[in-house]
Amino acid sequence: MAKDLLLEIGVEELPSAFLPETINELQQLTRSSLENYRLQYESIKVMATPRRLTVYIKELAEQQADARIENRGPKKEIAFDKDGNPSKAGLGFARGQGMNFEELEIRQVGDVEYVFACKTEIGNATTDILTELLQGIITSLPFPKSMRWGNFSMRFARPIRWLLALFGSDLVSLQIENIASDRYTYGHRFLSQGKLEIKDSHQYFKQLQDHYVILDQDERRDLIRQQIQKVAADMNATAMHNPELLEEITYLVEYPTAFYGSFSPSYLQVPAEVLTTSMIEHQRYFPLYDKAGKLMPGFIGVRNGNDFSLDVVRAGNERVLRARLEDALFFWNEDTRQPIEEMTRNLKEVLFQERLGNLQEKVDRLAVMARYIGQQLSLSEPDLINRSATLCKADLLSNMVYEFPELQGIMGRYYAQHSGEEAEVCEAIFEHYLPRFSGDNLPATATGTVLSLAEKVHNLTGCFAIGFRPSGSQDPYALRRQALGMVNIILSQQLELDLKDIFATAYDCFEMVKPDIDKTTAVNELNDFILQRLRGILMERHYSYDVVDAVLACPSSNITDLQRRVEAVNQLKQSGYYEDFMVVYNRANNLSKKWEEDSYSAEVLVDDSEKHLYQQIKAVGPRIEQAVEQHNYTLAIQQLAELRPAVDAFFEAVMVMVDDETLKAARMGMLKQIAASCHLIAQFNKLVQ
Amino acid sequence: MNFQEIILRLQNFWAGQGCIIQQPYDVEKGAGTMNPATFLRALGPEPWKVAYVEPSRRPTDGRYGENPNRLQHYYQYQVILKPSPDDVIDLYLQSLMDLGIDPQQHDIRLVEDNWESPTLGAWGLGWEVWLDGMEITQFTYFQQCGGFDCYPVSAEITYGLERIAMFIQNRDSVYDIEWVDGITYADVHHQAEVDYSHYNFEQADVASLMTMFNLCEKEALQVMKAKLVQPAYDYVLKCSHLFNLLDARGAISVTERTGYIGRVRNLARMVAAAFLEQRRNLGYPLIKDPALREQLINSEEAI
Repeated sequence: MAKDLLLEIGVEELPSAFLPETINELQQLTRSSLENYRLQYESIKVMATPRRLTVYIKELAEQQADARIENRGPKKEIAFDKDGNPSKAGLGFARGQGMNFEELEIRQVGDVEYVFACKTEIGNATTDILTELLQGIITSLPFPKSMRWGNFSMRFARPIRWLLALFGSDLVSLQIENIASDRYTYGHRFLSQGKLEIKDSHQYFKQLQDHYVILDQDERRDLIRQQIQKVAADMNATAMHNPELLEEITYLVEYPTAFYGSFSPSYLQVPAEVLTTSMIEHQRYFPLYDKAGKLMPGFIGVRNGNDFSLDVVRAGNERVLRARLEDALFFWNEDTRQPIEEMTRNLKEVLFQERLGNLQEKVDRLAVMARYIGQQLSLSEPDLINRSATLCKADLLSNMVYEFPELQGIMGRYYAQHSGEEAEVCEAIFEHYLPRFSGDNLPATATGTVLSLAEKVHNLTGCFAIGFRPSGSQDPYALRRQALGMVNIILSQQLELDLKDIFATAYDCFEMVKPDIDKTTAVNELNDFILQRLRGILMERHYSYDVVDAVLACPSSNITDLQRRVEAVNQLKQSGYYEDFMVVYNRANNLSKKWEEDSYSAEVLVDDSEKHLYQQIKAVGPRIEQAVEQHNYTLAIQQLAELRPAVDAFFEAVMVMVDDETLKAARMGMLKQIAASCHLIAQFNKLVQ
Repeated sequence: MNFQEIILRLQNFWAGQGCIIQQPYDVEKGAGTMNPATFLRALGPEPWKVAYVEPSRRPTDGRYGENPNRLQHYYQYQVILKPSPDDVIDLYLQSLMDLGIDPQQHDIRLVEDNWESPTLGAWGLGWEVWLDGMEITQFTYFQQCGGFDCYPVSAEITYGLERIAMFIQNRDSVYDIEWVDGITYADVHHQAEVDYSHYNFEQADVASLMTMFNLCEKEALQVMKAKLVQPAYDYVLKCSHLFNLLDARGAISVTERTGYIGRVRNLARMVAAAFLEQRRNLGYPLIKDPALREQLINSEEAI
């Protein structure tokens, strides 16, 4: 037999940012608790609004399942004495299990016999368990940040104000601090008065619906989306697609009503990003666009309530936005009063990082690094790079970026355009922050690419030089993201960059700060750090781990080249010459991997087969070298695969390990030569069939 | 409803809830939280209910009287309820209704906003209260003060009086608020805003302020040695205000900033510790139940 279980934790307004994760946690916690208590059920649904967390368990069994318990005791030879009577240990185990010794069973585990206590535990009535189970869930629900309130020591995201717990129509008795569970809930904070008595789950859903609470987050989200689309359509507009904002609003309201508001078109002279950031970040409004994709002087807000006196709400919101936009216009006018270059004057007043100095010092280092990278890549011009580096941090001193830090780079580009800087410089200022997040655009201009790489090289090298490297979840300077950005930029443009050389040059720029980590160590750590990111990215691109690891076992500081090798090895694995190649590689490598000596004398070779192999190696060697030099790894691999008949013949005809040391050295030397050529590409023994 | 009527109504409302109606504290400060009636009284086990207007100074927010929404001197209405009552949000909403703000006619929302004061070593969790999109109140459950856990927890309600007045009177500029018949906020404060902006941003003498900061810090430490809690706290407040002035003057680099904040926080911690000790020595007189008081003192001695 089964009944529905309903638990509602009534709270003061929970942070909207917590709720999606809290719903998951509560779902998992409920599922695992029911499992631990051996309670069958049909389904669990967790729903949340700012003021309540609701768990609805459909068809929860009224009785725990019986449990078959099997406890292993001592070994048989210990449980019985040598006369075959129960030993002290055996009797003790039986007593501990609440059983007679005769009831114990003997079972074999592996080669050993043990005594076992096997019994069936009869399940209890669910009603006897629910108090403990539900209180356990409530008290162990985790939050990113929790608090205490009143005189109590309980921690929760916000204070708990009521508890509703019903099994079928029976009250489940719970006590959390001063709150005892009861049969009451509350409707919308303003649209419903007083408490609502609840008989069972059906009535609960009905009552909430009648009292302006849309409990189910999915239903609420859909409703908000539809309302926004409708309001936008009425205004001949499209609302900005912004799932994060929609999600946040879903958890800010219990009963949504979307409404349109407008602002004076005169504010449209301010860059669109400023207006939309202000609308989204400060006010949680959806910006509107016309058919041509141009920002319109209007917005959509979502009220927590119905449409009663919606005009008052609209007017209030319009006034608040007006004040915000007035501020933004003021900042824009202030910031554009002088050319962007003027803003850079105070860069020395702004700290970049305590040990690494101020922003002016950073910009000076950036210019050096960017010029070097540009020169190595033959990208952009020193003058353009210098100009972009000089100006790229200027907007950090603007009023606008002080107010909206997320507009860094975007404002810099506007200010540079406004000051008549070259288009390439303006773009580079914006692009040097790219990519800002996973999936963001990569820099497209030559100068932007160079400066973006320099920015990341600078931050990584500076932090590693003073011993700040990310560990576990600790990565306060977002170095992993920056390293990923570097890898993505380099791979997407197939840039040929010797990263160790770049990091070494960058390291020299930090001499002033007296690094804690010496240059060689730092450069190697940095290169490894990049290679770890590269490994992740290649796996994401569906190269199999053995291919990637085989190549990374022969490291390089040119990741574009590493990627080419990965591609060649990947092709090899799917090719017709795979077997030939692996036979050549394995026969050569297995025997010679411990052989230290490189040089040998070919004159001592005696057998035709080995003389033939030597001729082959001599002929193929330069071709392989040339192919590797031209990064044509597939060609190099094919050349090596073609050695198979000669290698097979050699192994059939001669014994490598002979007493004649010079002859052995020559035979080993040839094999080692073959293996070494393979190792220019990868450690092929890491490949999995 | 004019400005002073708003204040009077709030005074009446919270007096009706059993709050002591205190007066502003007579040392410059950045917020009502820094008044000893909040910062010190939130510490320790004794109950406390208080409400007061607090003139607050934020030198960097000065705009020469030209910005309709920003002031370097403004008023907060501050309420402390310790321990936080179960119906604290309802009480707050009732106070809004007392000001003629009917929640059904508006959109009132509690949006997560966590408060932290690095200079006071204090933090709490709570909300900003939005009225039709405008932030009118900060609502905080104090978790720590002066680096010490708050137990019991106080609820702090901080009304932005000018914003509420602008809303009620439907004004776009703070200077147009009617203070009392025929007198505006501008009449009372505009010229001082202009003058203070000039002073804060241009005229304040950096060398003198630095000297004063060092002197006040020294005096705070000296007074602390004599265990004179509130006199020492006065100098902590002065340090805090002098730091804010130096900051507005652009005299403090980012690196130095952390240092200055740390110095003020150190002082605040010392005062908080001394206050806790002082109340214990006094035998927690605000706990009116002698048995409870006894029990608390005994349990603290056991630790």
